[in-house]
Amino acid sequence: MTTNMQLAPSTGAPQPAPSTDAVPQPKQRGRGRAAVDVLVRTITPVVLALLAGALVLLMLGKDPLQFYGDIVYYGLAGNGWQNSMIAMAPLLLIALGLIIAFRGKLWNLGYNGQYLLGAAIVAGFGPDILVSFPLAIGIPLLAIMAIVVGAAWTIIPALLKAKYGTNEIITTLMMSFIGVSVTNILVKGPFQDASVAVPQTRELPFDGMLPYIPGTKVHIGFIIAILMVLAFHFILKRTSFGLRLDVFGASTKSAKHVGIDARRMTIVIFVLSGAMIALAAAIDIMGLWGYLRTNWNPAYGDKILPFVFLARLNPLASIPLVAFYAVLATGGTIAAQASNLSVDFLLVIVALILMFMTIIEYIGMKRDLGQSYLPQGLRQSLRLGSVGRKKQ
Amino acid sequence: MTEAILVAFLIGTIAAGMPLMLAALGETIGEQSGVLNLGIEGIMLIGGYFGFVAVLMTQSFWLGLLVGTLAGVASSLIMLVLSVWLGLNQIVVGIAITLAGSGITSVLHTQNYGSTNPRLGLDTPWKIPFLSDIPVVGPSIFSQPGMFTVALLIAAAVAWWLHKTNPGLRLRAAGQKPASLDAAGGSVLRTRSLAVLAGGAFSGLGGAYLALLSTGAFTPFMTHGLGYIAIVVTMLARGRISWVVVASLVYGASVAVGTAIQLTNINLPNDVIKMLPFIIVMITLIVFARSAYIPPALAVPYTRGAR
Repeated sequence: MTTNMQLAPSTGAPQPAPSTDAVPQPKQRGRGRAAVDVLVRTITPVVLALLAGALVLLMLGKDPLQFYGDIVYYGLAGNGWQNSMIAMAPLLLIALGLIIAFRGKLWNLGYNGQYLLGAAIVAGFGPDILVSFPLAIGIPLLAIMAIVVGAAWTIIPALLKAKYGTNEIITTLMMSFIGVSVTNILVKGPFQDASVAVPQTRELPFDGMLPYIPGTKVHIGFIIAILMVLAFHFILKRTSFGLRLDVFGASTKSAKHVGIDARRMTIVIFVLSGAMIALAAAIDIMGLWGYLRTNWNPAYGDKILPFVFLARLNPLASIPLVAFYAVLATGGTIAAQASNLSVDFLLVIVALILMFMTIIEYIGMKRDLGQSYLPQGLRQSLRLGSVGRKKQ
Repeated sequence: MTEAILVAFLIGTIAAGMPLMLAALGETIGEQSGVLNLGIEGIMLIGGYFGFVAVLMTQSFWLGLLVGTLAGVASSLIMLVLSVWLGLNQIVVGIAITLAGSGITSVLHTQNYGSTNPRLGLDTPWKIPFLSDIPVVGPSIFSQPGMFTVALLIAAAVAWWLHKTNPGLRLRAAGQKPASLDAAGGSVLRTRSLAVLAGGAFSGLGGAYLALLSTGAFTPFMTHGLGYIAIVVTMLARGRISWVVVASLVYGASVAVGTAIQLTNINLPNDVIKMLPFIIVMITLIVFARSAYIPPALAVPYTRGAR
């Protein structure tokens, strides 16, 4: 999306310039300004949200400076940066899953169910598979199993959307709630470790966990996630599939016009999105947690949502933003405990970022600074997708 | 089926169905005017929490319900300013309200009541003379808290207002074809603003009903997807209030079946019971996929003169 940046005065269609010497300079300046504008519009909502969050902290009788100081300290200092990198691995992949869906203007909000089911499969079958197969086969096998389950969980919403245009926000959310319950049933039932009183799965064998990156305590899931993001950045930006996905996202009608099978595209997008989210779960369980408890739901997707929009649905741009949130989450969890605050305060900050983001976008639109956070089509997806429209 | 189980089933149906009905009423008003409020879940939690605090302080359930309603109105102001006035993306703002509402109520509850976890007593029921003496339905349907009767009256009033009055017509016009309302001299902005506030009031009241009357306590994230189910009910009801009432009670029954089963000897895991309503909703959505309907102008900000 950064490639088709359109700043009306400076970068237009490459028409033969009237004066060959004078043109390049303003163009350069224009690009520089565009980059600064994008940066300002990305950082401002975060800064405003942190300021508003500080006000909330003051009202709760906490010291905002100490809280934010703690976040930076625990998120980066000591082993903090390594913990933040570990946290980044699943977050990057979930962000990627959301980016794929949102670029195709499909609202996949069922990430919690897709993530937990993937995690349950890995935690449930992992202890047996990692012991009976060599790791080089066992680890990919588990990842693929998780991916299949996570992708399969999106099939019903995808089919309903493709066939009847049923609102996918609702269907993915409903499937997500069902998925969370199914996970609990699995963990308390067939996957339960009988030797422990608390309902949880058996732990993965320690040798079966993802190895560390040499010289660190960060598992290689981080590298896998980064590679996936880079691969999809290339696929979305440089291949015909990426272009078709963007055309489909911009307008279903034009997609049909150029011969894109809208139904197939809907299903492919949902499956890819669910697959990425389940892969995140596989990496998270095999790299960090090693087992699954009941009623455990990190709800990564809820919190990564604003950063996906701030990255303007660009996989590469999501990396620094996810890194920022990883530090906020890693440091914030400890900081919240230190100041005797519920960890759910992070939800408030995330919500504030979302709100300020839309406001800054509004101001930006008014000033025509640059491009919008959301592709035009995404906001209309509800209306266009509704069956009511066909009825008229 | 003993009498006690039937009574428990009916009470459970009402307890689970009423908060949903109120929230779905609010969402119906909003959607009919063309505003999709995905923040309903957060607004319900805010209404529930502040209603809960009010009852703890004053011991008056009616005051608690009022405070819950007002808290709902206050939190829907965000939606009003950002989405109706400024025309910002309703989905993103809605998600933000849900996250903020669930986050802040969890933080406040943990901070103020995390160690004590107080519970409220029971509201004194309105025993309707004679009717409350009938076996089974007497102690269940006709001995409910006063808010139950009031909620049903509210539903009837909304149905009448939406379909039989001029303001109701204006509201539906704002959701069907805002330009026509504008051309007829009505204000799309004012209509939608009032609809959003009314929606917030009902959602807040629904949340307060859930916390004060159905549960008797507030717990973080206690709505557990109820706000989203309200949106489904709204979609399926297509603006018909009687459908909202029936669908909510069917949902309530599906929750109560689980509770009633727990009273018998059948051993059903809690997670299955929790999952049941969502499965029923999902099956309904699959079966009625073709007839779910939302107003054409839903989630589209109105710009005068834009095509």
